[in-house]
Amino acid sequence: MQQTVAAAEFLAACALSRVDAVGGFARDGLLSSQEVFTQQLVTGLSNGMIIALIAIGYTMVYGIIELINFAHGDLCMLGAYFALTVVGALGVDQWAGTGGIMGLVLVLVGTAAFCGSLNWSINRLAYRPLRKASKLSLLVSAIGASFILVNLGLFWGGLPMDVFADGTSSAAPKAFPALVSAAPAAQIGDVIYSRTDLLVLCVTLPLMVALTYLVRFTKLGKAMRAVAQNPTGASLMGIDVERVIGASFFIGGSLGGFATVVYSLYNQTVSFQMGYRMGMDAFIAAVLGGIGNLPGAVLGGILIGVIRSMSDGYLEARWTNTVVFGILILILVFRPSGLLGAKLREKV
Amino acid sequence: MAISSKRITINLLLIAAVASIPIIEKFVPLGLHISDPMTDVFVYAILGLGLNILTGFTGLLNLGVAAFAAIGAYVFAISTCEIYPFQLGFWSALGLTMAAGALAGFALGAPTLRVRGDYLAIVTLGFGEIVKDVLVNMDSITKGTQGINPLPPPTLFGHELGGSGQYWLFMAIALLVAVGARSLERSRIGRGWISIREDELASRAMGIRPDHAKMLAFATCASLAALAGALTASRLSSSGEPGNYDFQISILALCIVIVGGIGSVRGVLLGALVMVGMNSIVLVKLTELMGGSDSAPPAALAEAHGLQWAFLFVKTWAQNVLISPTNWKFLVFGLALVLMMIFRPEGILPARGSKEDAPDGDEGAGGVAGGVTGGGVSSVATKELRP
Repeated sequence: MQQTVAAAEFLAACALSRVDAVGGFARDGLLSSQEVFTQQLVTGLSNGMIIALIAIGYTMVYGIIELINFAHGDLCMLGAYFALTVVGALGVDQWAGTGGIMGLVLVLVGTAAFCGSLNWSINRLAYRPLRKASKLSLLVSAIGASFILVNLGLFWGGLPMDVFADGTSSAAPKAFPALVSAAPAAQIGDVIYSRTDLLVLCVTLPLMVALTYLVRFTKLGKAMRAVAQNPTGASLMGIDVERVIGASFFIGGSLGGFATVVYSLYNQTVSFQMGYRMGMDAFIAAVLGGIGNLPGAVLGGILIGVIRSMSDGYLEARWTNTVVFGILILILVFRPSGLLGAKLREKV
Repeated sequence: MAISSKRITINLLLIAAVASIPIIEKFVPLGLHISDPMTDVFVYAILGLGLNILTGFTGLLNLGVAAFAAIGAYVFAISTCEIYPFQLGFWSALGLTMAAGALAGFALGAPTLRVRGDYLAIVTLGFGEIVKDVLVNMDSITKGTQGINPLPPPTLFGHELGGSGQYWLFMAIALLVAVGARSLERSRIGRGWISIREDELASRAMGIRPDHAKMLAFATCASLAALAGALTASRLSSSGEPGNYDFQISILALCIVIVGGIGSVRGVLLGALVMVGMNSIVLVKLTELMGGSDSAPPAALAEAHGLQWAFLFVKTWAQNVLISPTNWKFLVFGLALVLMMIFRPEGILPARGSKEDAPDGDEGAGGVAGGVTGGGVSSVATKELRP
């Protein structure tokens, strides 16, 4: 009897602790001022633009071969390690003025080329042999590729270089040098727009414009849209489908490369496990916007960035991942076509 | 498909050989100590057999099976640990755990019935992440990252079991689960699952209710995963921290099913031996053999030039990471998945009849392996037929 009462008390305590937590969220929310809101919004938008750029890589690949490219986030992680290696080899001291900007452009373009080629090779080795296999075999292969990339990142972190802290603990997170200072570029009221926020805009916006141009107005873009619509039909029209798929992987990967450099400069720490988180955020963004839909990926990325930032600020940071994954599940269950995606009929 | 007496003899011999490992270790001191990691193999075999019911038989890819193991471990911990008011015995707690696991399976299964293929895989992945985060964050109940301990060890007829006793108990449970899975596969329910994997629409036309069958598969998978979690918690006398039940564990379970032979019970047992053996016996033993090595002093690297520098650089790098075989773990998992998918999608020990039953011989991942696919096979086919 005593045990039953104790058990009931315990269950009641569980219920109460939930209520307490929720109450805490609401209280914090009420105390926050307008400036805090705007500041969180700025951070969220910057992170959102980065997520959007990575999400484009997911959505392009899904649009063309219906594969959730699970390795995309880890590809970005390797890109960050590549950028860190280049920065280390160039020396960290000489980053000011025109030279600094040149160096930054070099790192950006180099990392983009690296990630693009790597993504192209992954497609060639791990996905292309499975073109005729089922979607799920392809997904399992992508998960395998993701694990291989994670392990390569672990190896890479052990390089005996200064930027990797001599590589003595390869698994530890590495500090990414603050090549662009987080000093305020502009201040309106109490809201600070830092130079890194500006950097994010300067890199992501032109790339999105360029991609839109490429997909809408070039021959390659037309071929990509054709393959996405109907690969067999496209190949009958004389389009080299494999070449187009390879090009999509290259472009998606290089956008990820740009994004990962900006991400590293913005957050100033990289680790071999960061790919999973980056990849999940971007994938959720792509699904939220409607997977296979380029403007959708950008919209989804911005939304996820803002939601994360608001959840950090108004709920508690430790619940942010739960919120984001909850959104993912709700969308997949109730509106799998996303916000901007067309309704797809289930193929039987 | 009668079981020949030869097959029974082989199975009995194999069981006897595995069962005798602790005895041999006791009397023949080879210093290998593999009975401890072998107990892990049994637990993972149970986890893999559970996943095999959902992914292998029914064709629904689950990337969050570790979450069910976590639920099992925590339900077991809360119902037995002395700091909570329940304090059940080992066996009743185990029963409660399996029931709770089944309930969790229903909870995930019900809303996701309408989600298909790769989207379902992502939903299960998200579920796994949410469960892990909730366990960390609800620290007033779950003790957060500390985990819940101490927990009572496994008992049998009132006796607490030590190392070898646990070995035999876990082996017996794994065998029981394997035999159960095999009979389920041949039963009306199991044939229903397999027919859904092969063609959901046709099986619906044959009078099978896909929703009921899928829910049952989810519940069975979750219940067995919870059992595996509870057994581990009892063995380690701690629920462990929630981070122990992460995506890696779900992928290890998936590797077990895929490498062994998807949809094949014997294959899953072999897969557990190969993958867990690789993870916690071979890599660990190799690391012990290599011994701890000191990193070369970075100063030497700074002074060296040319070829000598390159040599030192590579040497230091190797000493930092490459030399430790446990650092190759992810590479082994990853390569196992990619290579199996490309070269032998049906696994080492394929499910019987997979070749004959294949709906399309030229589908690449034919037969049961193509079955991971369920709808995938047919959707590819229609896609090409579409005008």
